[in-house]
Amino acid sequence: MSHAPRDDWRPTATQAALQKRARILADLRAFFHARGVMEVEVPMLSAAAAPDVHLRSLSTWVHRPGVGAQRRWLPTSPEYPLKRLLCAGYGDVYALGKVFRDGDESRRHQPEFTLLEWYRLGFDLQAMMDETAALLQAILGPQPVLRLRYDELFARFAGIESAYTAEAGVFRRALTAAGKEIAGVDPEDTLLWRQLVLTEIIEPQLAAHGVVFVWGWPREEAALAALSPEGYALRFEVYVAGMELANGYEELREATAYAQRFAQWNRTRRRLGRPEMPVDARLLEALQANGGLPACSGVALGVDRLVMAALGVEDIEAVVAFPVARA
Amino acid sequence: MATYSTSEFRNGLKFLLDGQPCVIINNEIVQPGKGQAFNRVKYRNLITGRVLEKTFKSGEKVEAADVVDTELQYLYNDGEFWHFMDPETFDQYQAGEAAVGDNAKWLVEQDICSVTLWNGEPIAVVPPKQVTLEVVETDPGLKGDTAGTGGKPATLSTGAVVQVPLFVQIGDKVVVNTQTGEYVSRAKG
Repeated sequence: MSHAPRDDWRPTATQAALQKRARILADLRAFFHARGVMEVEVPMLSAAAAPDVHLRSLSTWVHRPGVGAQRRWLPTSPEYPLKRLLCAGYGDVYALGKVFRDGDESRRHQPEFTLLEWYRLGFDLQAMMDETAALLQAILGPQPVLRLRYDELFARFAGIESAYTAEAGVFRRALTAAGKEIAGVDPEDTLLWRQLVLTEIIEPQLAAHGVVFVWGWPREEAALAALSPEGYALRFEVYVAGMELANGYEELREATAYAQRFAQWNRTRRRLGRPEMPVDARLLEALQANGGLPACSGVALGVDRLVMAALGVEDIEAVVAFPVARA
Repeated sequence: MATYSTSEFRNGLKFLLDGQPCVIINNEIVQPGKGQAFNRVKYRNLITGRVLEKTFKSGEKVEAADVVDTELQYLYNDGEFWHFMDPETFDQYQAGEAAVGDNAKWLVEQDICSVTLWNGEPIAVVPPKQVTLEVVETDPGLKGDTAGTGGKPATLSTGAVVQVPLFVQIGDKVVVNTQTGEYVSRAKG
């Protein structure tokens, strides 16, 4: 990633890569147009931010005549305004545009990147996985598709049974057996050791399996997904070429549950010494108005990574004209 | 003691791990969409030379290692230590077997070597890319063979053994590539 300074004005993506990217953006819009899903734009300057513990929102100041300076937050995803539209009865919607996550910069991350997020009324998690698979095939061509529940994934690729209930030591020992050295994790932090088994042992093996859907996440990682009667989250992640590409939920609908999860995340933020985020009060109002959020599922998909998968490249800079280092 | 947080990790950063100086070769951020970030670090242990991997929870801190690369002049070997001098400050350093290792056979008095210092002590010595050494033992070759088509082993003054052309004689000085251990040419003069 080190380049001679005199070349800094140049794009990092080739013209052919940007042509492919433009084609994919057009194909995504055509896919949703054909299915009657409406494209909408969401605010880039929101009064609220996502309190998810591991997201870092960027902010700026807006000077409003007669109101004064207000701190506004750049979206980490279009989720909250899209859900307000759903609550308002506007039907199936999607947003395709930039989102912002501070501090993220690697071969697969940029602090500003392009996200596609769409919502489908009446779809359960399985139907949403079907549509996501159809979308991926439309862009990437025919692909083998593997669907595994979270515990099946751990059994098959890490030899760990009962991933939902196993204790920290089970995950820790699997990492040690695989020769993985880890620093800074509390020996009893089950969630982190489980996450590390996923990223260090399982994900590298998924590259050989085309499109992999992992569904039924542990309830601690439900985010804003509803819970199944068995107690796991109705959430899926899609991996393509071993890369995390999309994240889908059968959506949580109860306003009180949203308020509880937001408050809980902000408490965790306080405990970890991270700034608390202003909760989206208008979303909470919308969830209580006119019957609230209709039964639906939603998916957020990283478009830069989709282009990477389509081109078979490993570095996000190959699909972005001007990454943050040259922006 | 200075420390580095994972957010300061970059290639070439020198830090202490289990009390040993290491250098980062590759730093990869692992950031699941909904999870804790980690830094997957590939590093070289500067004492053993081994390349290893370790994954740090982001926000972890490591201790900085006082490691500097210097250019020092090789002076002499006293049977136990190899002695070096900084040609500008005249500060002297002694390097042990662990730091010099196999490179002992390429150390020529007065040559400038790259020496890595940890807390002021040499931990690695790299000789110049080419050194000139005298042949102390080799089979007599054929006088007429100047094409250098054939080859024979020759023992040099430091004990190094290299393949040389047949025309090279005892007492000749030869130039050797220290990275490949291969003969380059006969030294002029």
